[in-house]
Amino acid sequence: MQTKDIAISLKNVNVRYNNNIALKDASIDIAYHTFTGVIGMNGAGKSTLFKAIMGLVTPQTGTVTICGDDTHTAQKHGHVAYVPQSELVDWDFPVSVYEVVMMGRVGTQNIFKTASAVDHETVATALERVNMTQFKNRQIGELSGGQKKRVFVARALAQGADILLLDEPFAGLDATTEKSLIALLISLKEAGKTIILATHDLLSLPDTCDHVALVKSTIIAYGPTKEVFTRELVEKTFDGVLNHVKFN
Amino acid sequence: MDILNFILEPLQYAFMFKAVVVSTVVGVACAILSCFLVLKGWSLLGDAISHAVLPGVVLAYMLGIPFGLGAFVFAMLAVILIGYIKNNTKIKEDAVMGIVFTTLFALGLMLISKIISSVDLTHVLFGEVLGISDNDAWYTFIILALVSVVVLMFRRTFLLFCFDPTHAQSLGLPVRFIHYAFLALLAVTITGSIQTVGIILVIAMLITPGSTAFLLTKRFSSMLQIAIGISILSSLIGAYSSYYFNIATGGTIVFVQGCIFLTVFTYQTIATNHKNRRQLKLG
Repeated sequence: MQTKDIAISLKNVNVRYNNNIALKDASIDIAYHTFTGVIGMNGAGKSTLFKAIMGLVTPQTGTVTICGDDTHTAQKHGHVAYVPQSELVDWDFPVSVYEVVMMGRVGTQNIFKTASAVDHETVATALERVNMTQFKNRQIGELSGGQKKRVFVARALAQGADILLLDEPFAGLDATTEKSLIALLISLKEAGKTIILATHDLLSLPDTCDHVALVKSTIIAYGPTKEVFTRELVEKTFDGVLNHVKFN
Repeated sequence: MDILNFILEPLQYAFMFKAVVVSTVVGVACAILSCFLVLKGWSLLGDAISHAVLPGVVLAYMLGIPFGLGAFVFAMLAVILIGYIKNNTKIKEDAVMGIVFTTLFALGLMLISKIISSVDLTHVLFGEVLGISDNDAWYTFIILALVSVVVLMFRRTFLLFCFDPTHAQSLGLPVRFIHYAFLALLAVTITGSIQTVGIILVIAMLITPGSTAFLLTKRFSSMLQIAIGISILSSLIGAYSSYYFNIATGGTIVFVQGCIFLTVFTYQTIATNHKNRRQLKLG
């Protein structure tokens, strides 16, 4: 893989919180236009991996490169957008769908964060893309589970991010809603975005993600789903036997 | 006595004019901050800061410096202490806040008992806006008008900070700076409001208007407007009650705010029950 094809590159990244090692010697190169599923046990380091990619934690050693930039520059360019877990969002917060999507624009706005004509246009396009235009004036709590996710995907699009990080996007969604969200994400990938999601849903993973990263304090393995999503590697990741999952 | 006379007559007196202006500007500043405080879930922190400023007020009195300055120093000291202890122990934040603010408040009481008369103590604890001096009135007015303008100018940033700090940080916004800037503005507001409502009750001004407004609307802009409206109304009722009935201004303001909250809450609970029953019948 050539350097210009790499969206995210971690080289020998070590992250420690006080005395707890969260990531140890983690390295990964994720190419543009891929759809990666990140799996691992709770506390295995998935969140830390996301934080390192977003530049929210600074590794003690190692380097993180996003679209050829260091994380600080990547933040300024808004390369990476984050779709939070539903349970971490205050759904009673008095903001509308439109206002949340507009928050994707703050990186490019002036110090008072006033919206320009371009901002309004971008937000409208993003809402259209995720089929949420008719709900733009709703307060965010007045949406269904799938619609709530779409709002934050729209915010990522409004931000103009090349890379979308989604934390447990399918938690609490019914099967139909999950399918339609997956279809949206795949269509975004085909349009050129790089999608990375942390998931516990091992059953739907082979149909969703073309790449898989296995995390257990480090990146145990990363590669095309066909090669990496094997019984041996996944059971090693989860320290146990997984009889309910169909492997390649 | 007609209404106009009822309102205008007291304003002929300088002390009453000052009291009305100062209570109004205190009401506006507190109302604006209360919207953010309630959404961020920082009510207890506001309470902690308001108590922790007491020793600062007393020391400023001793040293003859503006008491807002002393209060501000202790407000920031409390914030930093709470943050530091929380990050370095397994004790939960609410307990840390409790320890820090009661200790500082106690220190204030010790200092006060040695230095200030009990009348002045009552003023610091419960406020006395009718007796405010020209200097203090100007100080309060300028500081709180400034805070109001600054918070309103940067309201979108503060709202983003309350709603999704991770997103803000991932776009390179200085979240730590915003965090401390907001706390500093909160500290300034508390110090500026003490003369009107006192240390004990200032937290009510910083929680109740925002909470009431939050019940009434799903839009942040309307939440701000409603909170400011409620707050101004309460402040005016407080100031006029002191004039006509000789009741404590601070107490009246906070009591009126509480009554408005309860009225809104009761109305909404009844309305919701009514709606649910109707839906059950129809279903």
